Amino acid sequence: MRHVYGWLLLLPGFTLIVAFTHYPTVTTFINSFFSNQTVIRPKKFVGLSNYEYMLNDPVFLQTFKNTIYFALTTVPLSIALALAMAVFVQEKIRGRSVVRLAYFTPTILPMVAVANIWLFFYAPEIGLINQIFQYFNLPQQNFLGDTNMVLEATIVMTVWKEAGFFMIFYLAALQSIPKELNEAAKIEGASAWTSFWKITFPLLMPTTFFVMVNALINSFKMIDHLFILTKGGPDNASNLLLYYIYDVAFSFFDYAYAATLTIVLLALLIVVSLIQFGLVERKIHYK
Amino acid sequence: MFRFVKRAALVSVLAASFLSSANAQKTELTMYYPISVGGPLTKIVDSMVEEFEKQNPDIDVNAIYAGNYNDARIKSLAALKAGQPAQLAVMFSIDTYDLIEQDAIISFSDIVKSDKDKEWLNSFYPALMENGTTLGKVWAIPFQRSTIIMYYNKDAFRKAGLDPNKPPKDWDEMVTMGKKLTTNDQWGLMIPSTGYPYWMFGALAKQNGEILMNSEGTKTYFDNPNVVKALEYWKDLSNKYNIMPKGTIEWGTLRKNFLSGKTAMMWHSTGNLTAVKNEATFDFGVAMLPASKMRGTPTGGGNFYIFKKTTPQEREASMRLIKFMTSPENSAKWSMGTGYIGISKAAYNTPDLKKYVEEFPPAKVARDQLEFATAELSTYQTGRVRKILDDTIQAVLTDKKEPKEALEEAQKEASKLLRNYK
Repeated sequence: MRHVYGWLLLLPGFTLIVAFTHYPTVTTFINSFFSNQTVIRPKKFVGLSNYEYMLNDPVFLQTFKNTIYFALTTVPLSIALALAMAVFVQEKIRGRSVVRLAYFTPTILPMVAVANIWLFFYAPEIGLINQIFQYFNLPQQNFLGDTNMVLEATIVMTVWKEAGFFMIFYLAALQSIPKELNEAAKIEGASAWTSFWKITFPLLMPTTFFVMVNALINSFKMIDHLFILTKGGPDNASNLLLYYIYDVAFSFFDYAYAATLTIVLLALLIVVSLIQFGLVERKIHYK
Repeated sequence: MFRFVKRAALVSVLAASFLSSANAQKTELTMYYPISVGGPLTKIVDSMVEEFEKQNPDIDVNAIYAGNYNDARIKSLAALKAGQPAQLAVMFSIDTYDLIEQDAIISFSDIVKSDKDKEWLNSFYPALMENGTTLGKVWAIPFQRSTIIMYYNKDAFRKAGLDPNKPPKDWDEMVTMGKKLTTNDQWGLMIPSTGYPYWMFGALAKQNGEILMNSEGTKTYFDNPNVVKALEYWKDLSNKYNIMPKGTIEWGTLRKNFLSGKTAMMWHSTGNLTAVKNEATFDFGVAMLPASKMRGTPTGGGNFYIFKKTTPQEREASMRLIKFMTSPENSAKWSMGTGYIGISKAAYNTPDLKKYVEEFPPAKVARDQLEFATAELSTYQTGRVRKILDDTIQAVLTDKKEPKEALEEAQKEASKLLRNYK
């Protein structure tokens, strides 16, 4: 009887996970082996040909590369910035709460609004950044219209948006570190730099790990800004995997190929989490 | 006492069933519609719908703003799949082939019965019907339709010693004038190349004597020499003649560029006209696009579609709504509020629009240009084919590829996609 009670308690969560995680995953996997179904042409088994098509699809290769690059840059940059900001506003400085608020503000704005603001930051001639450039007699830049700069431009905006959120976690963690440790180091004659690297930073590792996991997940699912800012262009220079999946599924109506691409994204995420929980986590000291 | 209660209960049950049957007679319509240019356009749609409901108390319209054209199509189709379908929608005029392939829409040719309705089908400008007509049937009714037009800054023309009433007529003139108009803090010309690059390119190709696809939606002509030349010209505007900034030009911020005097000429949808009129702080003019071998522009914008999953009663109600929204009076009102083209001759014969056009001649440029207009790029697999062309154009404008090879490649890709549709 007690077993029944336990299972009943599990049931709601179990249902949700099966309905919204496991069932779609399995059907996506199965769909990736079938051709696309339209009214005119019924679905049929095509084996690996969707995957074959994918490996020869230049847009996919480009978006895959972009996605990896986007993750590898936004994650460390936003973590570093978040840590720096947290350490800064942890100190007793004047107007501390105002600064904290300023750092956190980007986080509470919707991504689409942020992208709209940055669209006008980046715009040539009329954009804020270019007007500053003009003031200092620097050459005008077309940030979103140049294949060499567009991805970096979206990365800068993403870091700006993300760092404030991670700062909150670091701030909380910093406040939980006992003051005695740093005081003891001070008495021993350690410099501020040494006590940060030898005491504070190692004690922040669990937070860093938590933030890193979140940042990585965020970087793979960040696409809202592309709708406003670049639509993946010019010529796919800023296209990311999830945006391409969206395009394939809902602009091209090719659900089978979209399923194939989704499996790749899924595999990517699995590899990332295996690395994180298998390798990185072992090196962390929890209290 | 009991008898009284019983009777009261009976009466209330009867009354309830009567009320609910009265409700059932009221037809409910859900309509999605997109907006892709600036301005308070949702308000105008809402006021038109309200007016319609007042005149047709038996129909309840639920008009839902659904984002841009892409979003509107996705939302409509998602609703269809989820079993909460809309009965009608305004969607991209170029969605026709995809919607037919999805078996999502019903053709107007199959709905109309009376001669009067058939006459109504013929009342619109023919150029606006092109994108919605295929397989010998009419699938869409024009609503928020546009062409590309050229906005130009008359003050800048005067400053450069040019006649403000003589905008460039052809490609060469646009270059010579553009050179005179380009100064340290002003470009001569901007043609947007994000958002809808294939649309702008359709204009250049048509001006050079070619259209981009056949009317069955099964073939593209991207590698035609005239089409290649059109892309070369577009690239030359920035790379050779230096009258346009390098790289791609953003669709969304271009109007601001023009309004703040950063470019003397811009190509944009006529759907922006009223917003430009309201915000311009200088004397501006509107002209047809310049010619190379001929004048040309694709039409653009959104059409009304009726979904297949509808009851005859809902179809009838949808027809009434569409007829109302596209009536000469409402089309005139819509055109004045936005800049979109009045969709029929009758609309321009209404006293209101007649007067408006007399006082503000730019309002008729897009309509006059219809004479030179062609259908917008639309094929089966339209999303993919369009993306191929979009990517190609952007690759050329950002100096990654040469026009000829890039377009040949694009043509090959497009033919591959369309091989099953012949």
